[in-house]
Amino acid sequence: MAEAMKMRATMEGDVVDVKVLIQHAMETGLRKDAKTEKLIPAHFINQVVATLNGKTVLDAQWGGGIAKNPFLGFRIKGAKPGDKVGINAVDNLGTKFDGEVVVA
Amino acid sequence: MNPLRRAFLKNAGVVGTVAVAIATGLLKPGAAFAAAWNSLAFTAKDPAEAINNAGYGGAAESSDIMIKAPDIAENGAVVPVSATSNIPGTTSMAFFVEKNPTPMIASFEFSNGAEPYIATRVKMAKTSVVRVTVKAGGKNYTNSREVKVTIGGCGG
Repeated sequence: MAEAMKMRATMEGDVVDVKVLIQHAMETGLRKDAKTEKLIPAHFINQVVATLNGKTVLDAQWGGGIAKNPFLGFRIKGAKPGDKVGINAVDNLGTKFDGEVVVA
Repeated sequence: MNPLRRAFLKNAGVVGTVAVAIATGLLKPGAAFAAAWNSLAFTAKDPAEAINNAGYGGAAESSDIMIKAPDIAENGAVVPVSATSNIPGTTSMAFFVEKNPTPMIASFEFSNGAEPYIATRVKMAKTSVVRVTVKAGGKNYTNSREVKVTIGGCGG
């Protein structure tokens, strides 16, 4: 589902600045449908791993408190142009979201 | 949460554990999440309980954790928050919105050159303290910042 994720990785000195946008509803499970008054089931990305050339650099756990269509920014020291930054994410229903970007 | 498993993961080192898991076919490369999702921390309704369950209990106040967030958020559904830890040896960071129905937002573990910096966007039900906790050198530190919310982002 590459179209669900947008990534950018740019060098700032010797640090690569990574920005990730994932399309996701991020439903907490606590919100009620305005019409039916029924709870909308929880549906949110809960685990995210970022890699640099296949090596884990960031291991994250998310709750439903991350805003809809999540944005994640992080920085990695020691990366260089041409390196690959990857994202593997999964939501509470088991749907996977993967992305990769080459450092510019 | 199984305390034995936690201890095992800590002692074995995350990299070694994951490598073994991949080798034994337990995990496919590309889906190597180091630990099970911390539901005890994420479902806690009390901020202190959430922080404790996330492993950040007894954190000392530190102004070396820099939090960037708006003073006033017009829309609580999307509040940009970023944090940088200037405490040497920072290995992890977590975000909490104390007045949310479930205060824990997210936790992040840094390794292999990742800087102790995270930018994200959080939901805020109402005006609240946004708290960031970090682990550095085996100790916990925290800093916080109030964000006023004019329209809440949780609930219908």
